[in-house]
Amino acid sequence: MNKMEKALHELSEMDELAAGASPIHRLCAPGKLLTTIAYIAVVLSFHKYELSGMLALLLYPVLLFQISGVSVGSFFYKLRIVLPLVMAVGLFNPFFDRQILVTVGGVGVSGGVISMLTLMLKGVLCLMASYLLMATTPIDVLCAALRKFHIPGTLVTLLLLTYRYIGVMTEELATMTEAYHLRAPGQKGIHVSAWGSFLGQLLLRSMDRAEELYNSMLLRGYHQHFHYAPVKPCTWKDGAVTLCSIALFLLLRFCNVAELLGGLFVR
Amino acid sequence: MHMADALLAPAVAATMYVASGTATGISLHKLKKEDDPAKLPTMAVTAALVFAGQMINYTIPGTGSSGHMCGGMLLSALLGPQAGFLSMVVILTIQCLLFGDGGLMALGANIWNMAFYGCFVGYYLIWRPIMKSGLFKGMGPKGGQRAKILLASVLGCVITLQLGAFSVVLETSLSGITELPFGAFVALMQPIHLAIGLIEGLVTAAVLLFVFESRPELLKDADTSDEKVKGKFSLKATIAILAVIVLLVGGGLSLLASGNPDGLEWALFGNAEEGYAENMGLDEEDFGVKSGAADTAGAIQEKTALLPDYAFPESESPAGTSFSGVVGSALVAGVALLICVAGGFFRKKKKA
Repeated sequence: MNKMEKALHELSEMDELAAGASPIHRLCAPGKLLTTIAYIAVVLSFHKYELSGMLALLLYPVLLFQISGVSVGSFFYKLRIVLPLVMAVGLFNPFFDRQILVTVGGVGVSGGVISMLTLMLKGVLCLMASYLLMATTPIDVLCAALRKFHIPGTLVTLLLLTYRYIGVMTEELATMTEAYHLRAPGQKGIHVSAWGSFLGQLLLRSMDRAEELYNSMLLRGYHQHFHYAPVKPCTWKDGAVTLCSIALFLLLRFCNVAELLGGLFVR
Repeated sequence: MHMADALLAPAVAATMYVASGTATGISLHKLKKEDDPAKLPTMAVTAALVFAGQMINYTIPGTGSSGHMCGGMLLSALLGPQAGFLSMVVILTIQCLLFGDGGLMALGANIWNMAFYGCFVGYYLIWRPIMKSGLFKGMGPKGGQRAKILLASVLGCVITLQLGAFSVVLETSLSGITELPFGAFVALMQPIHLAIGLIEGLVTAAVLLFVFESRPELLKDADTSDEKVKGKFSLKATIAILAVIVLLVGGGLSLLASGNPDGLEWALFGNAEEGYAENMGLDEEDFGVKSGAADTAGAIQEKTALLPDYAFPESESPAGTSFSGVVGSALVAGVALLICVAGGFFRKKKKA
């Protein structure tokens, strides 16, 4: 499977996940979006040494994963993109920050190691939150939610149209790459003689086709307004879930639950 | 170069959202003024193509490796800076939401680092001035145009990528995420992105030159008046010349770098004391969670605690990572595991 086929697979997987019917899927999209943003903001606001305090926030995505039934496997697959840069930045911390902050079983753990672990945990938690949002909300429903937050219609329509066409274009390019490699066996990428024409030809054809696309949109009654998915109105239940979640995040932010729990056993 | 959420502090992320939001607002306003609704599908299709096109590997002649294309320059040369910027915004949003590339909070910063520099700086300060200049007149009208496209693409990609990489360093350092000194971080990021920029520039130039050959009217600021004049420009020869220049410049830079071991080496081995001082100064007061609940329950705890007289040298550490914190963290992990087991149990029950 080449890169593009993998991307297509990832897209269809997200679509399938988002089409589920768990209680999390049924929550209204604007509420979920707000909760996700609040969660990420709270995670990011932790200081670099507050590893134990932040760990309690892991419970929220774990709970959501369980209620929604979304597979954790594909989440870990997505980590491969985010973690390398985060790790590259965090990996230097143990070298520069060697002050011993805590001793566990006679082994001193330096501030650098703790801040590195905090950074990695932040990366994982933030990705979990946005992954859960997308895995429980179809993109057209999310676009409708964005309109509710007064994100300009042009941008949202562009987002939705681009999303629709990403599938088409990626499939086309995957076929082209496959055909190219069948005719150029043992070659790693596109040869320099075809650098321009390979993508250029598809580019020109697609830009022409965009005109036809616009005409067909007009024929179907497009008038600079786009009809998004039917939006389920937000009920008081949705509001209560959102508020409770945000209150929980704030509580976990200002009170180190892990420390308190540990304090019950150790003095 | 996509930044993850973890690399940003909320204040920096919010600032970058405001900056990128302003650029988006201005672009939308300009697009509305143009009043060309047919442009929207073109933007969407081109953005989708660029998204997919960035996954193609281009073999770099003479080496075993391959490079990719630069989206910002290509989009702004084809659609104009505002439409190109909006297309990039959409690409970055989709990458962040559906592929986990970047993050919801870091989106503002990513838009700024990649789309703003690539489209606005790349177009207004590099593409347009070069395309409208009288450079390469001796090569004939068409040959001159081709040379200008090549120069603008390569310069554009290199400079905008350098700006983007520098912004990544700036944003991460301002967020207080890394202990890596600013200078060392810059010395680490910029040279890597110089190489990437050169290759991206050449690939982008090749695509734009193909468009110029077949449909010159699609390119912004390209002079299409004298099409019949045959030029003496050869893409292969130019790429060969550029490759030699890159090798020379690259070789020269690496010699310079090893001659003056400042940057990263200096920071890693010669500057440890300064790093310490900074860290010690940073976290004296901010931390240490005082738990009132723990105090009130003190008496009960004295009796029920598993390890009553167990003391650690740094139990009052500012990090809140005292021994009870470690035990508590293990408990949290246990609760998480329990939720997983319970979830699995209930799902099985539901299925049955």
